[in-house]
Amino acid sequence: MISEHLPALQVVIPLLAAPLIVLLRGGRAGWLIATLISWTALGIAVALLIQVQSAGVISYAIGNWPPPWGIEYRVDAVNAFVLVLVSLISAVVLPYARSSIAAEVPSDRHYLVYAMFVLCLCGLLGMAITGDAFNIFVFLEISSLSGYVLIALGRSRSALHAAFQYLIMGTIGATFYIIGVGLLYLMTGTLNLVDMAVRIADVGETRPVLAALAFITVGLSLKIALFPLHIWLPGAYSGAPTAVAAFMAGTATKVSLYVLMRFVFGIFGMRLDLLALPLLDTLAVLSVAAMIVASLVAVFERDLRRLLAYSSVAQIGYITLGLSFVNADGMTASVVHLFNHAITKTALFMLVGGILLRVGSDRLDALAGLARRMPLTCAGVVVAGLSLIGVPGTAGFITKWHLVLAAVQNGYWWVVAAIATSSLLAAAYVWRFVEMAYLRPLSAESANGRSEEPLAWLLPALLLVAACVYFGLDTSQSLGGARDAAAVLLGGSK
Amino acid sequence: MTPQNLMLLAVTAPVLGALAVAFAHRSPNVREGLSFTAAGVVLACVLGLTPGVMGGARPELQLIEILPGVALAFRLEPLGMLFALVAGVLWPISTLYSIGYMRGNDEDHQSRFFACFALAIACTLGIAFSANLLTLFLFYELLTLVTYPLVTHHQDDEARKAGRVYLGILMGTSLTLMLIAIVTTWSMTGNIEFTPGGVLGNGISNAAIGGLLALFIFGIGKAAVMPIHRWLPAAMVAPTPVSALLHAVAVVKAGVFSVVKVVVYIFGVERIAGLSSVDWLPFITGFTIIAASVVALNSDNLKRRLAYSTISQLSYVVLAVALLTPLSVIGAALHIVTHAVSKITLFFAAGSIYTAAHKTNVSEMDGIARRMPWTMAAFTVGALSLVGIPPAAGFFSKWYIILGAAEGGHLVVLAVLAASTLLNAAYFLPVIYAAYFRTPAEDAHPHGEAPLSMIVAMVITATGVLALFFGMEFPLTLARQLVSSS
Amino acid sequence: MTFAGHYGYWVTMLLMVAGLYIIVASSNLIKKLIGLAIFQTSVYLLYIAPGKLIGGTAPIVSEQFTVYSNPLPHVLILTAIVVGIATLALGLALVVRIHEAYGTTDEDEILDAQGKDDQGGARS
Repeated sequence: MISEHLPALQVVIPLLAAPLIVLLRGGRAGWLIATLISWTALGIAVALLIQVQSAGVISYAIGNWPPPWGIEYRVDAVNAFVLVLVSLISAVVLPYARSSIAAEVPSDRHYLVYAMFVLCLCGLLGMAITGDAFNIFVFLEISSLSGYVLIALGRSRSALHAAFQYLIMGTIGATFYIIGVGLLYLMTGTLNLVDMAVRIADVGETRPVLAALAFITVGLSLKIALFPLHIWLPGAYSGAPTAVAAFMAGTATKVSLYVLMRFVFGIFGMRLDLLALPLLDTLAVLSVAAMIVASLVAVFERDLRRLLAYSSVAQIGYITLGLSFVNADGMTASVVHLFNHAITKTALFMLVGGILLRVGSDRLDALAGLARRMPLTCAGVVVAGLSLIGVPGTAGFITKWHLVLAAVQNGYWWVVAAIATSSLLAAAYVWRFVEMAYLRPLSAESANGRSEEPLAWLLPALLLVAACVYFGLDTSQSLGGARDAAAVLLGGSK
Repeated sequence: MTPQNLMLLAVTAPVLGALAVAFAHRSPNVREGLSFTAAGVVLACVLGLTPGVMGGARPELQLIEILPGVALAFRLEPLGMLFALVAGVLWPISTLYSIGYMRGNDEDHQSRFFACFALAIACTLGIAFSANLLTLFLFYELLTLVTYPLVTHHQDDEARKAGRVYLGILMGTSLTLMLIAIVTTWSMTGNIEFTPGGVLGNGISNAAIGGLLALFIFGIGKAAVMPIHRWLPAAMVAPTPVSALLHAVAVVKAGVFSVVKVVVYIFGVERIAGLSSVDWLPFITGFTIIAASVVALNSDNLKRRLAYSTISQLSYVVLAVALLTPLSVIGAALHIVTHAVSKITLFFAAGSIYTAAHKTNVSEMDGIARRMPWTMAAFTVGALSLVGIPPAAGFFSKWYIILGAAEGGHLVVLAVLAASTLLNAAYFLPVIYAAYFRTPAEDAHPHGEAPLSMIVAMVITATGVLALFFGMEFPLTLARQLVSSS
Repeated sequence: MTFAGHYGYWVTMLLMVAGLYIIVASSNLIKKLIGLAIFQTSVYLLYIAPGKLIGGTAPIVSEQFTVYSNPLPHVLILTAIVVGIATLALGLALVVRIHEAYGTTDEDEILDAQGKDDQGGARS
């Protein structure tokens, strides 16, 4: 039956679609297939989530080799959530991508963009679904390599250099990860995550295990752009074609964050007393630094996309901060923020894409008076911006509530103060846009923007903006999923 | 209609009205008609709700569960009813006034103005109806956001600067201190519903209560307790109707309303009465009352004088609640009503002077009563009410606050109240004196009264100030319920 | 175990650190890629070396052989080598494009050029 093979199909369908798109060589056909695939992937992910919620963990043995010998695809409340998130973002971005890619990439390369896009999607889904440590590495590299290509396709020449920088940093990160996995394999003799979590009890707190923890954490931190390992991110996000930036901003760092959560809590947490290690304190300090420093940089940034990229670094700080608390509310905040930040930032990058198209620049001073020309776009940016700040009634507030709650419960008042400061800084950088777009006379560049961006761009973006508000009010899906996931993650740690 | 539907309608009608206004921007008459319709609907809803609440009903409405155990929910209790009545009754009147003002001064962006105005009313009613801290917080933040376009209405450098101060202080305090206060309350008690008698229970230390109260008092920046009052004078760059309804009634009252509600329904008056950790509140509010009055005394700009007078009067409410006696809590509730009616009259008068004579400073108003008799008559009534002279409504609320202070034996507070009454008189009476008894400056260009709609609005509120003195029984009934139910 | 007994690890570590050093210290993009390749190669050693048992054979089920080497690391590293080659190829392709766009493969000069791009953007 097909429903039994859903976990495999989730990855295999995008994987097969990529060469198909290359063979067909048509931009239009490529887009059509990619969109179709994304929506199929979303359907499968939702079906998996429902299955997990009703019937518990799904274990799928690839090639019928039973785990722990073969590669196991294992879907539980945590990665089902991530799968839905990734495929959802891809499904929303692709309808938008058609005209956006058409405007930003030469037409003879369109099919390559879509091929790389589905390959990237495949890699991200694979990272999330697989239960095998080495398999994660393979999918990580699939998504990263296609990601480097996608970023390099950006319009300006700085995109090339950004892609190269990301390639170097990303490869170092992935290699660190694989060193860590190697050490773990040497100690436990297994690559299956579940099996590893059991066997790590026998080796305990030995030096190679601690070294493995360090390598994996640092390696993944590079991929998630944890401060101060974030320097590749602003260049990459501001150089990439906007559809790519929107997709990557919502997904790439999020999946790596998921892997980090899996390892720290699902495996090391089984045996090590996490609170006794300096890991979580370090994580908390770095997260707070990210929230404050990156936000400050964003406040003084000149280009809107770079501003948003630095804001991403700050928001990633929220997610890792939640992890460092090791309590239910903190973990819930982290997982739900994966989702909330993904929809918010994707919406923002999509809207900025429209601004770039019409105005031809995303420098803030070029956007003066823009609200008169593009009222809907600007309103969308403001609402999504409110979600970044964490105003009640938006998705960002749900995260902030849980983060503050977790910090209060642990009695970390300095962290509470840091979260508060960071929201103020977020308000400051969002309001730079507001003042520019609403309270300044029209600039020459804004006057170029004759009208609102095309409907095909605007609709998906506004849909996500509406989602920012919806998931700030009706949280039964997002928060419910996150709570289940947090329970699973914490269930494994001491 | 059921009370639940009435509550829902009262909040949604202004929102729909705002949308309709935005779409009808090409035809000013239709647009203003829509504004009035929405205002009329709100008024009808609020009036329809009143008898039930006075009879002891507490209609509840749960909309959606935002966080596990905390829903977006409405529950109407006496204080909320009073506040909703104030907003609901004054909105149609100030719409009438706004039409005259906006047309008389040829303002731009009138559609945006009326739309945001309606949204602000919706948020105000949301605050009035809120059943828990989360709902209150939600509408509180939204109120800040929808009034921002009103404050920055003129879109020039001054407006931008004022907007920064306004938003920076209001959002800065609420997104940090108030959010932390709410989360801490939730973390300590697991309950942020407004519950008669409070939710604190007995397990919480004296010091924690003091800290929490400080977080709330300074987190609710709209109450303008010093040192977080600067946003209010800054907001005066907005067109006068905004200052009148929002920055004398809706927004600032939302602040003190929240404070009263938090003290009565979260802390519980009896629970914290006599605790050493909450002693500081009367002093800081007393200081605000005196200091703001002194600044008002030295302000030549009329709107600025009124703004500082508002800051001072807001602290009356907070001070009254801080006394933690039943009588003073009644006084606090009454003062929300009487100050609203009086101050809106004063702002109406200031706006009409600006519209007709283009004057903003007190020193320019010599003899102006001869040209603008109605305006100055209304101003006089409002001023007397704030000083606390019968037969103006302000007398009663002050009376109850003084009774409460005497009951609690707070001599310092009594002294503050006495001093502030003198100061009130000192900054209002010279205006009246100059307007009536000084001869106008020679170079004064001829002008008459303000447009008719403004005068009508002003006369209605001034009459209201007097009528309220004789009809005090009605708000008093609701205010008494507030004390007896807690 | 002695220092010499761990020599496999020492070589691995030497390569690892050398590779990383080249990445960080060199401003030439191609040299950076060479460093990256050396760095990745060290990981191949990390996996393969412990998999080999002295005197062990391939894992053939037979009475004759009792000591096996672990074949799994070899398989894994085959995959890793493929990934490494893909990365290197992509990196070199990017360097070619960068050279076309900037006329140099030196990172400092590229950053200079970018700074000028930004200022130009500000003027226009």
